[in-house]
Amino acid sequence: MVLAVCVLVHLAVMIYAVRGGLSAAEILGRTRGSWSFAAFYSVFVLACAVHVPVGVTNIAQEWWGMGERSAAWLARAFAVVLLLAGLRAVYAVVAS
Amino acid sequence: MSKLSVNVWRGREQGAFSAYEVPRQDSQTVLDVVTHIQRFLEPSLGYRFACRVGMCGSCAMTVNGKARWTCRTHVSQVLDSQGRLEIAPLSNLPIVKDLVTDMSGFFDKWARAKGHFKGTATRHQDFQRVEPASPQRVAASAGIECIGCGVCHASCDVVGWRPEFLGPAALNRAWTLVNDVRDIQQSDRLRAVAGDAGCHSCHTQGSCSERCPKHLTPTLSIAGLKRTVAKAAVRGEL
Repeated sequence: MVLAVCVLVHLAVMIYAVRGGLSAAEILGRTRGSWSFAAFYSVFVLACAVHVPVGVTNIAQEWWGMGERSAAWLARAFAVVLLLAGLRAVYAVVAS
Repeated sequence: MSKLSVNVWRGREQGAFSAYEVPRQDSQTVLDVVTHIQRFLEPSLGYRFACRVGMCGSCAMTVNGKARWTCRTHVSQVLDSQGRLEIAPLSNLPIVKDLVTDMSGFFDKWARAKGHFKGTATRHQDFQRVEPASPQRVAASAGIECIGCGVCHASCDVVGWRPEFLGPAALNRAWTLVNDVRDIQQSDRLRAVAGDAGCHSCHTQGSCSERCPKHLTPTLSIAGLKRTVAKAAVRGEL
């Protein structure tokens, strides 16, 4: 549910940015130093990191024939990658 | 008398299709074809049938890629564009010989899904009254006619991808019992059908409901189980 809300808000934000014709510099101007932006998008990254492994485990078992344990480890590893990459991206547009 | 070319699986998991030519007749069913092959062409062919009138489900086989009851499948309905017929055993089950599969795994899944009734009443008590029009009884009755033929189990890709998945028949039966107000195993049953081997692995592919020869809808039954399990989980009853 959290993820669904995040996706809808993110869609709205993107449509706003694109329709508004904001350039990259202008977008960064609005995201830099914005704690609300950082907070919302960090929650989004966390929700993804929780949601994605569930599906990836199923795919690994059903399509790649992995066992239950190895599929779970692969999914966890991917979740960590998503967490790191996502939080790094949030940091990049907010704090750097 | 025109002829029909038939490819029939011979062997076990290791094996091959053997070609036969049988006389083509009007109103000929696939079971007629298999029987002709065994009687006149290949006495060592192994296959199952019983009632041959579409009641028992014993004759289920894979015909041109789809699981069907062979006694209820007219050859004219299933010939491919080149007029060929390919007969193989049911999918997703170990092959005993030729067209015969080992169905014990299929019924073991039934038992693991707690697909059996357990009540408290004895012969000394009066019948328990169950309102036939109640939503629960209607839901149970909608799925109760399953005779365990294995066509749905053979048609489900998820069973093929995930061998421990209980499958449409077992989960359909579990759903009918979840809706049976007399049964006393409800918590155990919900626990048995929750989880990766249970209802949550169903991807709603729908082949089970499409191919059930008795026109049951395991897809809907499994959806009902998903709802019931989710509610129980949220309430902390699981």
